[in-house]
Amino acid sequence: MDTLIEALSYPFVRYALIVGVLVALCSSLLGVILVLKRFSYIGDGLSHVAFGAMAIAAVVGLTDQMMLTLPITIVCAILLLWTGQNAKIKGDAAIAMISVGALAFGYLLMNLFPTSSNISGDVCSSLFGSTKILTLTKSEVILSIVLSVVVVILFVIFYNRFFAVTFDESFAKAVGTKTRLLNLLIATVIAVIIVLAMNLVGSLLVSALVIFPALSAMRIFKSFKSVTIFSAILSVICALTGIIISIPFDTPVGSTIVITDIVAFAVCWVIGAVRK
Amino acid sequence: MEQLICKNLKLGYENITLAEDLSFSVESGDYLCIVGENGAGKSTLMRTILRLQKPLGGTIEYTDGLTASAIGYLPQQTIVQKDFPASVYEVVLSGCQNSLGRHIFYNKAAKERAHKNMERLGIEDLEKWCYRDLSGGQQQRVLLARALCATEKMLLLDEPVAGLDPLVTNEMYELISKLNKEGITIIMISHDIVSSVKYAKHILHIGNAFFFGTVEDYKNSDAGSAYLEGGMN
Repeated sequence: MDTLIEALSYPFVRYALIVGVLVALCSSLLGVILVLKRFSYIGDGLSHVAFGAMAIAAVVGLTDQMMLTLPITIVCAILLLWTGQNAKIKGDAAIAMISVGALAFGYLLMNLFPTSSNISGDVCSSLFGSTKILTLTKSEVILSIVLSVVVVILFVIFYNRFFAVTFDESFAKAVGTKTRLLNLLIATVIAVIIVLAMNLVGSLLVSALVIFPALSAMRIFKSFKSVTIFSAILSVICALTGIIISIPFDTPVGSTIVITDIVAFAVCWVIGAVRK
Repeated sequence: MEQLICKNLKLGYENITLAEDLSFSVESGDYLCIVGENGAGKSTLMRTILRLQKPLGGTIEYTDGLTASAIGYLPQQTIVQKDFPASVYEVVLSGCQNSLGRHIFYNKAAKERAHKNMERLGIEDLEKWCYRDLSGGQQQRVLLARALCATEKMLLLDEPVAGLDPLVTNEMYELISKLNKEGITIIMISHDIVSSVKYAKHILHIGNAFFFGTVEDYKNSDAGSAYLEGGMN
């Protein structure tokens, strides 16, 4: 407990907590839509793209890597969703191609143009998140806050339409809802969330943050609204618990959060099974 | 009064033509069944009427105050919906999305319309139930209530009884018939030729043979009698 209070007196611990909560909130909101739309794997593919983009940013020597990873990931998200509908290469194959390609490309770049002496350490921390507590600059924190607020506002504004287009795209389109535009918006927002979340848990673990809270909530709750609200709450609790546990026990923050999410899923699964 | 006039429609995808030279019209209060073999283009015709895809040729005219987005649509169920965590009320209310306009939330009129249509289809007690926990027949009623929220005039039903047991199938047909008597135009795709002939006023047969006309004429036509015999046996 004392270590915790002491830890909280450091600004970087507070930054990590703020960003952790916001990222967990955003990813769980969109996670519900992603899981239900059968797009879980798109989140996974995009996180690999973000890894590749990050490698480019590092090689080019950008101080603010998000300026590059964000646009590249958004473009890929739009391409994947756009081609998903009527492409020659089917959606899942396209995602597998892009994500594996981006991983290989990123790793190759990092080896060809090493920016530090410890390449494997760099690769490891971009894939699995930092081994210690996050160190974020103030500008990164501010950018995360702004993007998170935008994501939450967009989600509230388009809540009813997102529901409609997720539950039944044909019906939504037939009654004149602009489904293509909505899918585009969903793709963009997911890309933003992936890039934000990558700082926290690393690119290989991002999809856990997106998928687990939604799946946990779906075990227990029976309406879209309650599933959305509960998954947001659960995700925030898990992220906070994960970060706080990682401080005294000195565990990697990303995997600690993911393990917390898995435990929560198991609990929800049991509750759901007992109720039936 | 005519609500929908299709002239020389040519249906299909890029380089596959499914059906050509379809001309027919639907009057207000009509009950039209679209029948034909698998792959004849029945669903494509329906999707074209709803403007989900473009015709390869020909025209569709909406008259009598009808627009494509004011047609209620009952699509075939998708895999996504099978385990979807949504309450019955949420699903029915989403039928009002064409009245959302620029608003963020549904207004009072939309919510009342959702409740009214749940009562109309006898599912008001299921309001808080989860869609995935319902039986097939109940799910179809929910989707029908949703379609009714989108329209006052016309329903397009894509095989509404597929996968339902005989008893529930009959209930569904009676329900659709009741809505038709209340003044809603019905256009339905059906594989169940016997019930089509029993309930519909007009038949549109596409595929190997073309027929458009009243049920009585259909029974006496070559296409109809051949198809009906197959259906009876």
